Amino acid sequence: MNIHKIADHLNTLADDSETGMNFDCQPISGEVDVLQITVIGREELPIFVSVTDDQILCITYLWGIDEVKPECINTMHESMLEMNIPMPLSSFAKIGDKYVTFGALSISSTFSDIEHELGVLSNNAIEVIDDMSEYLI
Amino acid sequence: MSIFKKIMTAIRGGATEIGESIVDSNATRIFEQEIRDAEHHLTKAKRDLTGVMAEQMSASRDVDRLKRDVAEHEGYAVQALEKGDESLALAVAEKIANLESELTTQQQALDSFSGNATRLKELVKKSERQVAEFKRQLSMVKTTESVQKATSAITDNFSSSNSKLLNAKDSLERIKAKQQKFDDRMKAAEVLESEDSDNSLAAQLKEAGIGATSTSANSVLERLKAKQK
Repeated sequence: MNIHKIADHLNTLADDSETGMNFDCQPISGEVDVLQITVIGREELPIFVSVTDDQILCITYLWGIDEVKPECINTMHESMLEMNIPMPLSSFAKIGDKYVTFGALSISSTFSDIEHELGVLSNNAIEVIDDMSEYLI
Repeated sequence: MSIFKKIMTAIRGGATEIGESIVDSNATRIFEQEIRDAEHHLTKAKRDLTGVMAEQMSASRDVDRLKRDVAEHEGYAVQALEKGDESLALAVAEKIANLESELTTQQQALDSFSGNATRLKELVKKSERQVAEFKRQLSMVKTTESVQKATSAITDNFSSSNSKLLNAKDSLERIKAKQQKFDDRMKAAEVLESEDSDNSLAAQLKEAGIGATSTSANSVLERLKAKQK
């Protein structure tokens, strides 16, 4: 599995995706290949996919630490930890000064698994921002 | 220091500088070397184990054979005694004594081989666990590196395309607005469709002369005539 195979698959899906979402893929070249996946209608929250030796990582950036109301940060962290297990397939993490939600899949996952993961991740991201917006500026 | 702590320390210390490797590039090489060493030990232990197990089987066969020989000769000795041939019985007894001494030696060898086999099996298991553990740690180091590199590629991409990550709340509002617009369009399409079907129904009624009919010159004239009366 590599990002180009994933991109090819998602592009051939067009309107026939199981999730009902329409994916637009754009590879980003760098030392590590990254696939930027845009869900049509949700362009503001792209999903970044990278493939390593044993897993496929799908990451969506949520908000920066500068967007959190300073007095709310501890409560927000607690809420995020509490939500981490109930949230299907995705987990929270922090990369540098940005909070993210991500899902990790086995390298042997099927295209259908990946598609499902992307759909769930996108829905989770929107829901999380909605739920956590009281802590955000 | 555990690999978790190493990674955390590295991230906290070095993540501010984009492009700077989070994990000491030697760390990967060290882990890979440790995995190779452990795998080498594993192969050697497995080979030794095969040898020892073969010796164990051979010793076990010898022990069985000697036990059978002892039992057989004990039978001969008894038979010799029954025939009253004391000297023959003594000769057989001497043979039995030799066999028993050989049996003791072989039994000791067998015990030693069995002990070695058990020890080697444990070593193989331990090495296998160690290889799995090193591989897990290597995967953590590599993932950390890869995410760091991916993040820098993403950041570069954003800064080069002059777009930036929007404020989360703004993004949500925009997405919701788009969804709303889409829903509205769907609703409008539905309304339009139902209006179309209303129109077609009215047309059919009109054609059948039912309901409101369009004003014609005749009907106007009729109305005017009615007013004159």
